[in-house]
Amino acid sequence: MFEKLLSIDRRIIFIFVAVALILPLFLNISQYIAISPEVSKIYDGLEELKPGSKVLFAFDYDPPSAPELQPMAEAVLKYCFKNKLKVYIIGLWPQGPMQANLAIEVIRDDPQFADTPPVYDQNYVNLGFMSGNELVIQGMGSSFQSTFPRDYQGTPTADLEMMNGVNNFSNIDYIFNLSAGYPGTVEWVLFAVDRFHATLGAGNTAVQAPQIYPYFHAGQLQGLAGGLKGAAELEKLVGFYGKGTKFMLSQSFAHLTVIFFIIIGNIAYFATRGKKKQ
Amino acid sequence: MRREIPMILTGFVGFVYIIQFFVPHAPFDIMEGLLTDWMLIIFAFAIWLGALNLLKVSLDKIYRKGKDWQYSIVTVFGFLLIAIPGFFFSGGRRFQDPGTAFDYIYQNVYTPLSATMFAMLAFFVASASYRAFRARTKEATMLLLAAFVVMLGRVPVGDMITQWLPEGYRLSQVADWIMNYPNMAGQRAIMIGIGLGIVSTSLRLILGIERSHLGGEE
Amino acid sequence: METGFTLSNTIAAILTIGIISFLWKDNPLYKLCESLFVGVSAGYWFVSLYYQNLLPKLFDTLGLTQLFTSADIEPGAIQILINEGRVDNSFLYLIAGILGALMLTRLIPNLGWISRWPLAFIVGTTSGLYFTTYFQSNAMAQLRSTILPLDSIGNVVIVIGTVCGLVYFYFSKEHKGVMGGAARVGVWFLMITFGASFGYTVMSRMSLLIGRFDFIFSTWLGLTG
Repeated sequence: MFEKLLSIDRRIIFIFVAVALILPLFLNISQYIAISPEVSKIYDGLEELKPGSKVLFAFDYDPPSAPELQPMAEAVLKYCFKNKLKVYIIGLWPQGPMQANLAIEVIRDDPQFADTPPVYDQNYVNLGFMSGNELVIQGMGSSFQSTFPRDYQGTPTADLEMMNGVNNFSNIDYIFNLSAGYPGTVEWVLFAVDRFHATLGAGNTAVQAPQIYPYFHAGQLQGLAGGLKGAAELEKLVGFYGKGTKFMLSQSFAHLTVIFFIIIGNIAYFATRGKKKQ
Repeated sequence: MRREIPMILTGFVGFVYIIQFFVPHAPFDIMEGLLTDWMLIIFAFAIWLGALNLLKVSLDKIYRKGKDWQYSIVTVFGFLLIAIPGFFFSGGRRFQDPGTAFDYIYQNVYTPLSATMFAMLAFFVASASYRAFRARTKEATMLLLAAFVVMLGRVPVGDMITQWLPEGYRLSQVADWIMNYPNMAGQRAIMIGIGLGIVSTSLRLILGIERSHLGGEE
Repeated sequence: METGFTLSNTIAAILTIGIISFLWKDNPLYKLCESLFVGVSAGYWFVSLYYQNLLPKLFDTLGLTQLFTSADIEPGAIQILINEGRVDNSFLYLIAGILGALMLTRLIPNLGWISRWPLAFIVGTTSGLYFTTYFQSNAMAQLRSTILPLDSIGNVVIVIGTVCGLVYFYFSKEHKGVMGGAARVGVWFLMITFGASFGYTVMSRMSLLIGRFDFIFSTWLGLTG
């Protein structure tokens, strides 16, 4: 029996995984989301900002990482718009500024923002993407306008009202980086924080998050949200619930399924190993 | 000549950046600013090179009727599918605006393809865990236990299971502790190691000791 | 994003299912979607880099855009030269343009070696930047943060874990005696680190798949809320 279990067709495992993820999408069970200290630090950092403060959003991800990072982006953007913070968007990944557009569209459609929809060049600007990875950050340390001569619509950056008096990191109060790899949070820490003394909070994909903890502990990173759980925590903290919270049930089922398979795999392995020894 | 000029170029540019770090004043700050701007442009060409090379390889395969050449037609078609609307039918510099043809292809072709391609890894992670994740040794068992605690502690079900435990010992809190202490310490050791490795490799490149990027004499 | 059984959502859903079909076995639909993905990705980067980088940073600065189109853009280097008879600093961007163009010689078999010049420029820049930055941020800052008072279990774990982890990576001395013991403790810490990373990797991969299923069942089919 255990031999059979060990040589099970992988497609059976695939079916289990699919069911574990799909089924909870149809259920409506509220779950308690515990807040981790590194995520609450992000919220603390945002809370310290006064209305009119300038927040730079670095959208360093593409559609594959959107299920984890888009809910974070939407939650923090909503917080910023609600608290009258000025939002500056850039991307070190070409898809980043388009993901930012999607998040803004969602906020525009949100009934909670029906009376105060975010307005371009009043509440936010999108400077678009620039290739060059960490060199873009290095360039921004000298001049935003030289690094991004035009915004994502092709308007000269110098003509944007919100760019008045904003030319390098010393004019930015907080940076929130959404990162799915390279270039991303590591580069922002190395260049924006350690070179130009900016304050940085980060939302990372879960794959990347464990590697970022040393920066958080060394004080180079003000706060860190990792993966979908980090997104759910951020949503809870800012009070705008979205897909981070919605997907948590599927996430729970998924983890239980993987753990179940690891345990079964180990039981089968040790049972058959004993037999082989005999 | 083929190796010397690139070597001198590497050394010169590298030194400018190092000196600028310690002396952020004229002329080094101006040189650094200019070189950085140039780099952004060269980077763009480097990525163009990748895209053009893909086209070249695909067209070559179609011409030679190589194995599965029909799929190369799809690749070229895909390139044109987004490039033509992007260049000619999406309002020029405003090509990324919501509602443009470029945006339509991005949302309805690029996004589902790229997102699903990476999402597929979930199935393979589950399958690989089942087949290869064994508590064979003490070290492997530690790895396994840490993974279990983190997997359960990072979803609400972990706290549901351990609700009966006193505050501070629930799975989410144990996962927090693992992430912030042992994981952090291990990651920091790796980070310092990699950091020192990058520093020494950079120095070797700038001084011309490491020349592998210059290739052989062609 | 629009929801429901619309044409655009249906296209996206067919492509999603096309990729997922690989789970059953490799098949022509998957290969078709895979090839399409490669082409569209390359095209996406190609267009993005032109409009967001090369156009504003190179062609506008040099004045080429103004020369060939009627776009209302500030005068570039060429216009300044023609109108004011002065060689502007922005002409220096021509060097970047030339270096970039040299990169493309890689596509020409006999001229490929010229692309080493811009490559050397990239390597030099990256090395110069990394040399100081990694030393400052990843080596020194992390070492400094490890010098902690041993007044709590957490601090003891951090100091022992980091030091022993570093000892494990130190291969210039044989791992025997105290070194061997420390390296062994280092391995334990690294195992916990990898375990935590594995847990997070599972979390990440599952999240991405949840996103796709949500698209199919919620956005496209409208079956869930």
